[in-house]
Amino acid sequence: MPDANTIETIKKAATEIRVDIVKQVYFAGSGHPGGSLSAADILAALYFHEMKIDPANPQKEGRDKFVLSKGHAAPVLYAALAERGYFPKEELWKLRRLDVMLQGHPSRKTTPGVEMSTGSLGQGFSASIGMALAARIDGAGRVYTLLGDGELEEGLVWEAAMAAGHYKLDNLCVIVDWNGLQIDGRNDDVMTVAPVDEKFKSFGFSTLLIDGHSIPEIITAFDAAKAVKGEPTAIIAKTVKGKGVSFMENEAGWHGKAPSEEETKKALEELGGEL
Amino acid sequence: MAGKTATRQAYGEFLVEKGKTKADLIVMDADLSKSTMTNGFSKAFPERFFNMGIAEQNLFGTAAGLALSGKTVCASTFAMFASGRAFEIIRNSIGYTHANVKVCATHAGISVGEDGASHQTFEDIALMRTIPGMTVLNPSDGESAKILLNQAVDTDGPFYIRLGRAAVEQIYKPGADVKVGKAVCLRDGKDCTVIATGILVGEALLAAETLAKDGVEIRVVDMHTIKPIDGEMIEKAAKETGAIVTAEEHSVIGGLGGAVAEYAATHCPVKMAFVGQPDCFGESGKPAELLKKYGMSADDIVEKVKMLVG
Repeated sequence: MPDANTIETIKKAATEIRVDIVKQVYFAGSGHPGGSLSAADILAALYFHEMKIDPANPQKEGRDKFVLSKGHAAPVLYAALAERGYFPKEELWKLRRLDVMLQGHPSRKTTPGVEMSTGSLGQGFSASIGMALAARIDGAGRVYTLLGDGELEEGLVWEAAMAAGHYKLDNLCVIVDWNGLQIDGRNDDVMTVAPVDEKFKSFGFSTLLIDGHSIPEIITAFDAAKAVKGEPTAIIAKTVKGKGVSFMENEAGWHGKAPSEEETKKALEELGGEL
Repeated sequence: MAGKTATRQAYGEFLVEKGKTKADLIVMDADLSKSTMTNGFSKAFPERFFNMGIAEQNLFGTAAGLALSGKTVCASTFAMFASGRAFEIIRNSIGYTHANVKVCATHAGISVGEDGASHQTFEDIALMRTIPGMTVLNPSDGESAKILLNQAVDTDGPFYIRLGRAAVEQIYKPGADVKVGKAVCLRDGKDCTVIATGILVGEALLAAETLAKDGVEIRVVDMHTIKPIDGEMIEKAAKETGAIVTAEEHSVIGGLGGAVAEYAATHCPVKMAFVGQPDCFGESGKPAELLKKYGMSADDIVEKVKMLVG
């Protein structure tokens, strides 16, 4: 069981990340708050506990890598990177503007700490296969990839999953942010993706089903994934879209919409932050 | 003249040779290694070869991940499935990131022959040259293919290298002075310039012989690099010969002809004509029969030159 201090550190980071997600999207006037908030605890656990990384040397050989395959959740990645010290927080408030480092979807060419340019769904996962193969050749580093549940509707995801199983990539850990919602509504109404764990299992993955907002469950799952040999791991994290902001929770409408000033103040009040 | 070699054959031989000295070279395929000729490398260096199965999108996505982790990657499948099926993966995961991936696409154009229209790509040059930072190569014979491949593999960044199925006559000597981005003038002439690429270079040389008998002297240029295009060579052709015919085994829309016309229109307007696949799909047949039927033979080049020079 992880110690209380570790859990407290990650929880604090997750709250900061949520505050910064809301502020980024508010200042940008557009973006994707729902699926960013649902992944905040997972990214906090990765960047403040799990991954071997060095923000002062983002290209360090042998580092662990995180790929945000659901690239539209860029605000959660940017908030985690800034909180971890990859770049100053002031950059966050310039998201999506002309001539800035933070693009609407992650770009590895402009942003320190971004391992893969994503946004076109499925491609981050596919690139992760190559990164994991390279890490195996070089004998160092693990690869973590966050997929959306709607993203699982892309055919490329299953081409990549098949390759991960075939090449027995036990240095690859996939996390599915299973919040159940996509742009046009519930996954089950738009295109059934369930059962998710059985699908990954049948492609040769070791699978774990967890509460994606429970820090102890998240870090225990990462530990379990590292212990698995000869198979990649898929952590199916049950989450709530918009988690932490009452009026955004479980509302597909908050997939890709910026809050008004009033809504932002209310959201920040709930999260314990300020504009 | 030495025997005929397909550019894909030269590619296979090049990989085995280069693998000996370039330790970070990774080769990938999508269940076509016996046809793309990556199978020689797979036997020589099994630990550096990845067969991704019949999954071209993931072939190029995975190639991007390997390249962005410091590897040099040659990833192969048929040109149709590389440039067509996987276009958006090449654009976003390889082009946008400027990944060090060489898309080595074989069985390009109508000379794929008997497999028919589903496998004959005439769109790949047009698609690939619209991607920022992508270098596009289309060698005309086995020797120049090896020389250009070597430069591509030693140069950082994305390349699209168009290779053919059919065996073609040797044009260059081993170690010839062929450089990425510099077109080669293979024959001089004053009446018209034929700027050709890929297997149409051989056809252009045959056309030059025929035309010479009628007293028409044409310049033949091998535009093996379609992007970045050699503007200087185009400008010289326009000024010194006053007419340009482009010749390619690709649609007349958007390929070499388009690239030359874009340059000429803005720098040195000149009379032009285009030899290439007309705006229609192909069909099954032998390569030579198909080139003739669809207007991409030496005779068609002769006809277009005569049309321009009167």
